[in-house]
Amino acid sequence: MQSFIRTPSVAAWIAIGLALFLFAFLVLPIAKVIYVAFQDPNTGALTLVNFADFFGATLFQQSFINSFYAAGMSVLLATAIAIPLAYYTTRFNFEGSILIQTLGIVPLIMPPFVGAVAMVLLLGENGSVNLLLDEWFGFTIPFMDGLNGVILVESIHYFPFILINLSAALNNIDRAMEESAQNLGSQGARLFRRIVFPLAMPGYVAGASLVFIKVFDDIGTPLLLNINNMLAPQAYLRISSIGISDPMGYVISVMLVGFSLFSLWVSFLAMRGKDYATVQKGGGGLAKRDMRPWEKTICYGIIVVILVFVLSPHIGLTLLSFGTVWSFSVVPDGFTLAHYSSIFENATSYITNTLLYAGIAASADVVIGTAIAYLVWRTKLVGRKWLDYTAMGALAIPGVVLGIGYLRTFHDFQVPIIDQPLATWWVIIVIALTVRRLPYALRACVAALQQVSVMLEEAAENVGATKATTVRRIVVPLMSGGIMAGFVTSFATASVELSATIMLVSQESDAPLAAGIYEFMQSASGRGPGAALGMFAVVIVGLGTYLSHLLIERGKREREAVAIVAEEVKFHA
Amino acid sequence: MPDETLAQPAPVEIRIENLSIAFDRTEVLKDIDLVIEPGEFFAFLGPSGSGKSTLLRAIAGFGPRPSGSIRIDGEDVAGLPPYQRNVGMVFQSYALWPHMTVRKNVAFGLEERRVPAAEIRRRVDEALDTVGLSDLAERRPSQLSGGQQQRVALARTIVIRPRVLLLDEPLSNLDANLRIQMRHEIHSLQRQLGLTTVFVTHDQEEANTMADRIAVLNDKILQQIGAPMALYDKPRNLFVAEFLGTTNAIPGAVVNGLFKADGGIEVPASNAPTDGKVLVFRPQNALVERADQASNGDVVRFEGHVSHMEFLGSIIRYTVEVGPHRVLVDEPHRTGIMPVGTGEKVLLRLDPAQTVVLAN
Repeated sequence: MQSFIRTPSVAAWIAIGLALFLFAFLVLPIAKVIYVAFQDPNTGALTLVNFADFFGATLFQQSFINSFYAAGMSVLLATAIAIPLAYYTTRFNFEGSILIQTLGIVPLIMPPFVGAVAMVLLLGENGSVNLLLDEWFGFTIPFMDGLNGVILVESIHYFPFILINLSAALNNIDRAMEESAQNLGSQGARLFRRIVFPLAMPGYVAGASLVFIKVFDDIGTPLLLNINNMLAPQAYLRISSIGISDPMGYVISVMLVGFSLFSLWVSFLAMRGKDYATVQKGGGGLAKRDMRPWEKTICYGIIVVILVFVLSPHIGLTLLSFGTVWSFSVVPDGFTLAHYSSIFENATSYITNTLLYAGIAASADVVIGTAIAYLVWRTKLVGRKWLDYTAMGALAIPGVVLGIGYLRTFHDFQVPIIDQPLATWWVIIVIALTVRRLPYALRACVAALQQVSVMLEEAAENVGATKATTVRRIVVPLMSGGIMAGFVTSFATASVELSATIMLVSQESDAPLAAGIYEFMQSASGRGPGAALGMFAVVIVGLGTYLSHLLIERGKREREAVAIVAEEVKFHA
Repeated sequence: MPDETLAQPAPVEIRIENLSIAFDRTEVLKDIDLVIEPGEFFAFLGPSGSGKSTLLRAIAGFGPRPSGSIRIDGEDVAGLPPYQRNVGMVFQSYALWPHMTVRKNVAFGLEERRVPAAEIRRRVDEALDTVGLSDLAERRPSQLSGGQQQRVALARTIVIRPRVLLLDEPLSNLDANLRIQMRHEIHSLQRQLGLTTVFVTHDQEEANTMADRIAVLNDKILQQIGAPMALYDKPRNLFVAEFLGTTNAIPGAVVNGLFKADGGIEVPASNAPTDGKVLVFRPQNALVERADQASNGDVVRFEGHVSHMEFLGSIIRYTVEVGPHRVLVDEPHRTGIMPVGTGEKVLLRLDPAQTVVLAN
């Protein structure tokens, strides 16, 4: 068997297996969705009639416009939140920087739909804030009125994507870029507009297009806010209420995929050939200066306002999970642990399902991710790049589209032995989560692999180890930090994934956390327990985020130690 | 042929008085006094951390606000923001803006000055022509070689007709061949423009070949100012002597107009400071003589023996042991002349006029 393992065909077999998996659970379902969208529902012939019907219906026109409007406005609002925060941290010596970094993480640990209902109770027409405003000043602010609610919820959840990308871009600008402009007579707003902003633009566009597509694809938030006339919710509603033969769901899916691809393309264009990371030795980032007292006051003022908004879903959710009745009042009438105890009595299956699904999916992701990373970067297999491209292609597929694709493709595929259609078996949820999270896990694995010097592998082979042994005993252990970080991130995000899951949950007993929260939140009486479940979700994601941060930091420290040795080796060579 | 557009304003003087600079509470420059003459090509030379770049940046208006004054053409600019100084600076990294073409980069300063479009076009063309980059005006900086990038940076700076020109480590990002070429080009450009120009370098050869005068900086302090040859031949302290080239430094003391050191070394030093502690001379200013070929002259000789010989091509470097001291002696190598062998007893010959006695 030794000689068998030595042959490169093992790698080829693994590659074929991975390709089959990606074909069956990514390429095929999406191809099916696109095909059905162009198919006459009655005759089966190829046609554009479905698209004509779509644009002929007022509801869909409205949905189309609403989705665009909400996504666009969310980008604007998220930008308005992110720009001052990015500016303060990169431009000033500001003690509040830690606060801003925290601000940039906190929203990410709660999926937007979880906080949506709580936001209504705080900021809605009859929510705490407006009750107080009305009592004190006699007016109210329609924070959560219609699409406003979607825009507010989405932008306070997704602005960190812009903040992180923009801050990184600003920090990567060589200080001399700014100084040379000053030296040539430029200053203030003109300098910012002509030099700083264009240099930070690619990073900003990358973040903004991500926010756009996240909002465009989200179904949980609008549905929980009772906004049905948007594209993604319509896709879900058509399929779940009319059935999987209704062509409108597929037409919308094609559009969602189209826009995802478009925004990925935009961000690719923005970044291409514009590697503006201009930092030279001598220090990056703009010149920082101390703030004057009045500037500091304004700065803290703005941060506090943003902080209040960013924390409002968390505050609302906490109140909701401990509150008795909360309606037409500033805070709940009383506080209780009843919601938590009812969760532990009746709803533990949501939690156990989630741990099971997310656990399997995240494990599968890092195994597949490691395999693809190794095949792509360490072998010369023909077509290996396509494995990478295909797996990354999942980025462009909204969860609801993947769900529809699975339903359509696997509804008549009977799984042997258990004799049930694959589309309604719980395993399909796990597969959906695996495919959805794979791009992130894959990037983590590739990053981890790139930190392992080929020399270390060659050294192992030089003393007689086979390829398989080398991978098992050298490569994977050295990648373990990165793989673990990938696992934890996949696990945490998979455990609150709603859009694909909601399409694929066929019975209550199979439902994971996200679907449970969504179900509970639909009814007024379920909000308390739903919020209690939501708190679990926040804790899982929060812990996961923290853990993956720790793992990455530890990996960095270890690598630094190794890097010093490597430098010395280079020096002596 | 006089060129109207490139005609720069009459060169101006830079006068730095009593200048100190501190980052937070760490002082990086202390009591700097120095006058750079109009039209002079001036170098700040020093090791890294000596404060030379900080001094250059202070002239341009970057870094912490200094105490003391920086006068350009008589005007104290120490409190002015960088964009009001009209002091052209070429950055070490060139700092070309990657999102603009070469033409846009060069035009930037003129646009900021609200110069009419037609004139901008003419002056940009002129500046690009001066640095020989007319063909590349529509390229992006990322499409240029390092040498071309530096020319763009130069064009971008001179096009605004700055009062003075500052160059931060102008040759450090170029490879060895290009470095020598740019050394000549920058030098001739400076002569052509007649601009008062200051550049920073840590390389004494660069400073020697390009500068009219050099200010040597070390450890926050201005060590010495002078023409390259003056600094080399008459260093004021041991740091300057060693930083500008290989030197012999023999510890001893001045007694009655004689510098005395162990091993029987006695060198007339009538002008030496009475607290002189070290005798300094360049290896090429000493000679080894075979013990039997002594000749007359106004020189001093000490007995020693050759302990080591290095062949460096154009010169032969001997290490001669005189008492406890090791003295380096460089002699030109000429084909057919046999060098003195290792272990041979020799006389070390020295002209007192070619030595310096230093107190520190």
